[in-house]
Amino acid sequence: MYEGVVQDLIDELGRLPGIGPKGAQRIAFYILQTDLADVRRLAELLLEVKEKVHFCVECGNVAQEERCRVCLDPRRDLTAICVVEEPKDIVAIERTREFKGRYHVLGGAISPIEGVGPDDLRIRELMTRLADGTVTEVIIATDPNLEGEATATYLTRFLAPLGVAVTRLASGLPVGGDLEYADEVTLGRAFEGRRRVDRQAP
Amino acid sequence: MPVYRDEAIVLRVHKLGEADRIVTFLTRGNGRVRAVAKGVRRTTSRFGARLEPFSHVDIQFHVGRNLDTVTQVEALESHGPSLSSDYPRWTSGSAMLETAERMTPVEREPAQQQFLLLVGGLRALVAGEHAPSLVLDAYLLRSLAVAGWSPSFDACAKCGELGPHRAFSITGGGALCAECRLPGSASPGAETLTLLGALLSGDWAAADASDERNRREGSGLVAAFLTWHLERGLRSLPLVERS
Ligand SMILES: [Zn+2]
Ligand SMILES: [Zn+2]
Repeated sequence: MYEGVVQDLIDELGRLPGIGPKGAQRIAFYILQTDLADVRRLAELLLEVKEKVHFCVECGNVAQEERCRVCLDPRRDLTAICVVEEPKDIVAIERTREFKGRYHVLGGAISPIEGVGPDDLRIRELMTRLADGTVTEVIIATDPNLEGEATATYLTRFLAPLGVAVTRLASGLPVGGDLEYADEVTLGRAFEGRRRVDRQAP
Repeated sequence: MPVYRDEAIVLRVHKLGEADRIVTFLTRGNGRVRAVAKGVRRTTSRFGARLEPFSHVDIQFHVGRNLDTVTQVEALESHGPSLSSDYPRWTSGSAMLETAERMTPVEREPAQQQFLLLVGGLRALVAGEHAPSLVLDAYLLRSLAVAGWSPSFDACAKCGELGPHRAFSITGGGALCAECRLPGSASPGAETLTLLGALLSGDWAAADASDERNRREGSGLVAAFLTWHLERGLRSLPLVERS
């Protein structure tokens, strides 16, 4: 244990995703040894990002305005929506330049063991977007792990009666991996080879 | 003992740092074990797919100072894909994994019966011969029984007088005769208690023939029993889709 404010900083950093107690300690001491100007810039940036960046009212992506850059872009195809778990997945898919439609961020995957059910995700918002019939294809690009698959299963069952084509990214994505770690080539191929999942194969 | 080998079911995975995972296993010989799997989230990892929840694996650990590290994994059965493609099975299976974790609160305390029960329960779920909800309730009842909390569905839980009895009490251990009846006891349908008895003893012909109303009532009683004994409810149980 360290004195007051240093320990407070370590505790706070330790709450960040992917940072354990040792990592938190390392970062805390790095900050202690860093120039005041640099630390101030980091602190200001943290506040700025919280004040200026929101989630797009349409798709749930990060946005500086009410809507994100993708939703504001008039050249995007309005007939296709790609469903992802997190905004960072949009970044990965945009790098492939394979997809011209818009996105929908669920905010995670269904995980009963973590207490996350369908009602905790932005599924109702997706239904609202599909209501007027403009969208004809929904591509499900949840992570290629079991929770992502189960979420896709749930969504497919939900979407199939609506009459939109539901496709799922092709395999080639390594099972158990994170979408954000897939390279552009693999992810691009997965888009090209997406398969229809709302009807059984003949 | 720097290295040891065991057979295990993957209960849960947590992200750790950039590409690693902390994996919780229920092993045959060493009870519940948490270990680090390095680099499994990278696309080049051969471990990744084998260390997903529901996987039944032959595994080698390297003993570490805090957590052990996974050094080798061979897949014995990977139930994950057939569960994740069927929502009622997936949610039922998730409740089994959470139960197995909660029934083994002390790490490394051998729990071979719980392990064998989980292996059998997952196999039955994947085989699909019985409704997922029935397979889950049978598993939950037996898991309670292994823990020494077996409820009684026929004889009186207090004095042992042969049933059937009308009164039923979660806190009183199950069926109660007219003499032993506790205030606040419920009166579930006689067929519901017969169904729960069948699930506990493995009388599948009787269980499969049960009707929807009794299954629902039975699931409610099983959930109440489990919550009573675990003190805190399972997170996954309310999310189970009971068709
Ligand atoms: Zn948007
Ligand atoms: Zn009695």
